[in-house]
Amino acid sequence: MKFARDTWLIFQRQTQLLLRNPVWVFVGVFQPVMYLLLFAPLLKPALNAPTQAAAYKIFVPGLLVLLAIFGGLFQGFGLIAELRAGVIERSRVTPISRLALLLGRSLRDVVSLLVQAVIITLLALLFDLRVFIGDLLLAYLLLALIALMTSAVSYGVALKVKSEDALAPLMNTVAQPVLLLSGILLPLTFAPGWLQGIANWNPFSWAVDGTRALFAGDLGSDRVWQGLTITAVLAALGVYWAARQFARSVR
Amino acid sequence: MIETRGLRKSFRSRAGRETKTVDAVRGVNLEVAEGEIFGFLGPNGAGKTTTLRMLATLIEPDGGDATIAGADLRKDPAEVRRRIGYVPQGGSTWDESTAREELVLHARMYGIGKADAQRRAARALDAFQLTEYADRKCKTYSGGQRRRVEIALGIIHEPKIVFLDEPTTGLDPQSRAHMWDEIRRLRSDGMTVFITTHYLDEADALCDRIAIMDNGEIVAEGTPGELKREISGDVVLVGLDLAATPQAAQSLDGEAYVNKLETVDEGGLRLYVDEGATAIPQVLRRLDHAGLELRSIELHRPSLDDVFLTKTGRSLRES
Repeated sequence: MKFARDTWLIFQRQTQLLLRNPVWVFVGVFQPVMYLLLFAPLLKPALNAPTQAAAYKIFVPGLLVLLAIFGGLFQGFGLIAELRAGVIERSRVTPISRLALLLGRSLRDVVSLLVQAVIITLLALLFDLRVFIGDLLLAYLLLALIALMTSAVSYGVALKVKSEDALAPLMNTVAQPVLLLSGILLPLTFAPGWLQGIANWNPFSWAVDGTRALFAGDLGSDRVWQGLTITAVLAALGVYWAARQFARSVR
Repeated sequence: MIETRGLRKSFRSRAGRETKTVDAVRGVNLEVAEGEIFGFLGPNGAGKTTTLRMLATLIEPDGGDATIAGADLRKDPAEVRRRIGYVPQGGSTWDESTAREELVLHARMYGIGKADAQRRAARALDAFQLTEYADRKCKTYSGGQRRRVEIALGIIHEPKIVFLDEPTTGLDPQSRAHMWDEIRRLRSDGMTVFITTHYLDEADALCDRIAIMDNGEIVAEGTPGELKREISGDVVLVGLDLAATPQAAQSLDGEAYVNKLETVDEGGLRLYVDEGATAIPQVLRRLDHAGLELRSIELHRPSLDDVFLTKTGRSLRES
């Protein structure tokens, strides 16, 4: 009860501050829309897709996972600013739940990702993308879990390194291979065997496959429950680890 | 209110390849009474902030223990948090929030209900004369206003003890005087106030009792008056013409109240006495008797810096 209240308190505060700065809302939607408008049209010929809608069925889920990964991984920057302002230290002398300090922030990130995802899905509908609502909701759940994991990890790392100068290269170094090995932009079905072999070790690759299967309406595919399970376990681990960072000394 | 026994903390720092262990706090024993302003005086790096952060549950001690407002620091840090307020050195407000929002949020982090939190925020804004700026963003505040918001945050849940880490550092003289008044007001509201400072005058004027810290240890503890009396008596500076100095020295040497007498090169005497106020009339009488004309007479009382100097061999102003 106290935990839920504490989490809601932090979530509210963080959401309020986010909305106060509408530039971020705009940037958050503008970039994916650019991908949708300027990159997706290349895909029908490149993927040899029969129709534009078929190309979107492959591309849009990848784009959403991309947003979830990157949106999450870079949340740590805001936390470093808070750390510097003394806001985190101030919170840590109160009896508020340490897990709530993390989860309130990460849930804000999840919600803002879902808002982006809905906007992009709606736009994609204009390009003849069609997906069942049940499958879509399950895909959103998968996206939420990815964002929860990446934002929690980003917060945890931010508390450890405490400086933007260290966080930026670190997150880029992690994000790049993750991106390339997950078949986000182009499916790895085109990849040579060795590359697929490595990608199998990338949890995000499973998440992307799961999301694609859902967008394809293939709810029964093993990829769906596998992606969900792997992501859920990793999200739980990420949250646990990051919450411990909040509880430990921060200087 | 606060009792610590052998509180210790060391940090590992890495310089190049070597890791060095720095003993930041080496066994601090303290007792702070209810309702007093207790000051921790010492140079930067003495371990004041580290001790404070341990007491405020922000870092875990390596050894020793402490009881704070009746709660055990090691066994029940959550209860300690409920009973204390803490105002960090480098600020604690967010640029884009308003003072009112910060106060309400902070009160709610202590589990206080929304309506009550809003009432408390309004009362605190009023008490700290912030109502006028209450709904402006913190980034628009002056240094003094912002510091007042931070103090208000530290006491919004009416703690028994409030820890203030360098509360006046970086403030202009006027805001500083204002802050001293605020701190005294906290005491008159019945709160125990624990501050750290590296300003001698602040420790002297504001604190009921102080502990002088150097190199991770407490080197002296007491009221500012006690500490100053402890090291030496007063010094009376007698200004005389060069020609008159030897004769004056002769007539004052051997007087019972003069502990030590030195001549000053440019003419004049430096007398070490126990109590300047009673020594001065006797000096005057004596010199008048000898028919010597006085140019000036000054009383020097030892400062806390002299205390620091005798305890550590260094001046606080230099370190």
